[in-house]
Amino acid sequence: MKWPAMGYLRATSLPDLWSALAQHGASAQIIAGGQTLLATLAFRLSEPSVLVDIIRIPELRGVSVTGGALRIGALTRHAELGRDALVRAHAPLLTEAVPLIAHPAIRNRGTIGGSLAYADPAAELPACIVALDAVVVTASAAGERRIPARDFFTDLLQTALHPGEIIAGVEIPLAARHSAIQEIARRSGDYAMAGLAAALRLEAGCVVAPRLVYFGVGNGPVLAAHASAALEGRPLDAGSIAAAQEALGEDLDPPQDLHGPPDMKRHLARVLTARVLGSFLAPKEMAA
Amino acid sequence: MITLTVNGERVTREVEPRRHLIDFLRLDLGLTGSHAGCEHGVCGACTVRLDGEIVRGCLVLAASLDGADVVTIEGLSDSGEVADLQANFVARNAAQCGFCTPGMIMTAADLLAHEREAGRGTPSRAEIREHLSGNYCRCTGYQAIVDAVEDTLKARHPVADLGRGTAPAPRSSEATR
Ligand SMILES: Cc1cc2nc3c(=O)[nH]c(=O)nc-3n(C[C@H](O)[C@H](O)[C@H](O)COP(=O)(O)OP(=O)(O)OC[C@H]3O[C@@H](n4cnc5c(N)ncnc54)[C@H](O)[C@@H]3O)c2cc1C
Ligand code: FES
Ligand code: FES
Repeated sequence: MKWPAMGYLRATSLPDLWSALAQHGASAQIIAGGQTLLATLAFRLSEPSVLVDIIRIPELRGVSVTGGALRIGALTRHAELGRDALVRAHAPLLTEAVPLIAHPAIRNRGTIGGSLAYADPAAELPACIVALDAVVVTASAAGERRIPARDFFTDLLQTALHPGEIIAGVEIPLAARHSAIQEIARRSGDYAMAGLAAALRLEAGCVVAPRLVYFGVGNGPVLAAHASAALEGRPLDAGSIAAAQEALGEDLDPPQDLHGPPDMKRHLARVLTARVLGSFLAPKEMAA
Repeated sequence: MITLTVNGERVTREVEPRRHLIDFLRLDLGLTGSHAGCEHGVCGACTVRLDGEIVRGCLVLAASLDGADVVTIEGLSDSGEVADLQANFVARNAAQCGFCTPGMIMTAADLLAHEREAGRGTPSRAEIREHLSGNYCRCTGYQAIVDAVEDTLKARHPVADLGRGTAPAPRSSEATR
């Protein structure tokens, strides 16, 4: 179906954006890469009166290392994220996640800010930033806020953003950690039936501060507290991995969806747990 | 009112915000080589080059393109950039009804243009499949299409490194494709 009739205007600075939003009120909608929004307009899931394009706002661009964190501007496109040297050096989990997001032509347009704001429960980047214990930096006419990623995703397609507030960027603490992401999808590039983004440290052979974050199995990224606790302080081996798989039952309550029943999702999550944690043991022997 | 470059020519047009790039090309400029299939980003039939990168033409607002540089299958054919690829599509019978073909050629041309970037070797067959994975062929000519792209790569780079490119990250779905 064709898009609804609507207005279009391009903001070129943050003050410009605030005045556009103030003028057009609640029926104005922000557009970044448009790779989700324009598809949903074709389904007539919403009919905004005006699209306010933020893609040329320079304050929302760029990747840098500042004050102990890797800062990624909201307008960083998936393709840029995938080839950025600072991201590869400090958050290789994101580099690894990019090829799993949609297809090349979509990765050339879609942005990290759009992905986090849309908060699709099967999306890769929300799970990654929770696993990396990142902070979402927001901006509005009232100023900036900093929201821990684990508190940012509040429910299905819901975030802690207030009306009139946007994502300015994310900040990922610089730390030495092991991280990996894997998913199971029907077609390469499709949304995951189930996925796992994990980060942890290994100190003297023992697991420290593990964060196992599942996606495609809940209303948002699921930080698995029980499975993570089952690993904490233990050597990473077959026994602790089995304990994490066992404890996972307490963490997940997957809804039935197009892909299949809750039991199938639980099974996939357990399989991914072994694959991802196994990759920290002997990366070379890993086969998906 | 937008002014942009399409296949090397400057054009200025009035466009409605609800116009996507593919309808703009087809209906306003008469460039009907690019196809609109699903119009929500899934099939890849609408793939065109925008500022040097492939995009889904159905997920780009024409109104946002002031100052942009667009290349369609017409421009790509006329420049001769993919003459060998097109010849291999014919030789391998990789176009059946032809609906997906312009999008396939645009996507394959992107792979050909970016191959060996960042020190990677010539793309493997698995990488060709991965790169084309967002383009549906309803005639399901995938095997022939991958053959045509692979033949083009081999002919352009007759060195023996074909298949030694970095394989894409292993995926669970790989075995089923
Ligand atoms: C066929 C297809 C397959 C896809 N597969 C995947 C996949 O496997 N995994 C995946 O993660 N994604 C997938 N996507 C979605 C893609 O990654 C999108 O690019 C991304 O989710 C949204 O980014 P965007 O910049 O395009 O956002 P837009 O479409 O522009 O916006 C999406 C929403 O976020 C809001 N928004 C955008 N930027 C901001 C901001 N800075 N602050 C506040 N609100 C903002 C918009 O108002 C809108 O509500 C797919 C898309 C398509 C079409
Ligand atoms: S028409 Fe654009 S992806 Fe199908
Ligand atoms: S040749 Fe018919 S859709 Fe591909």
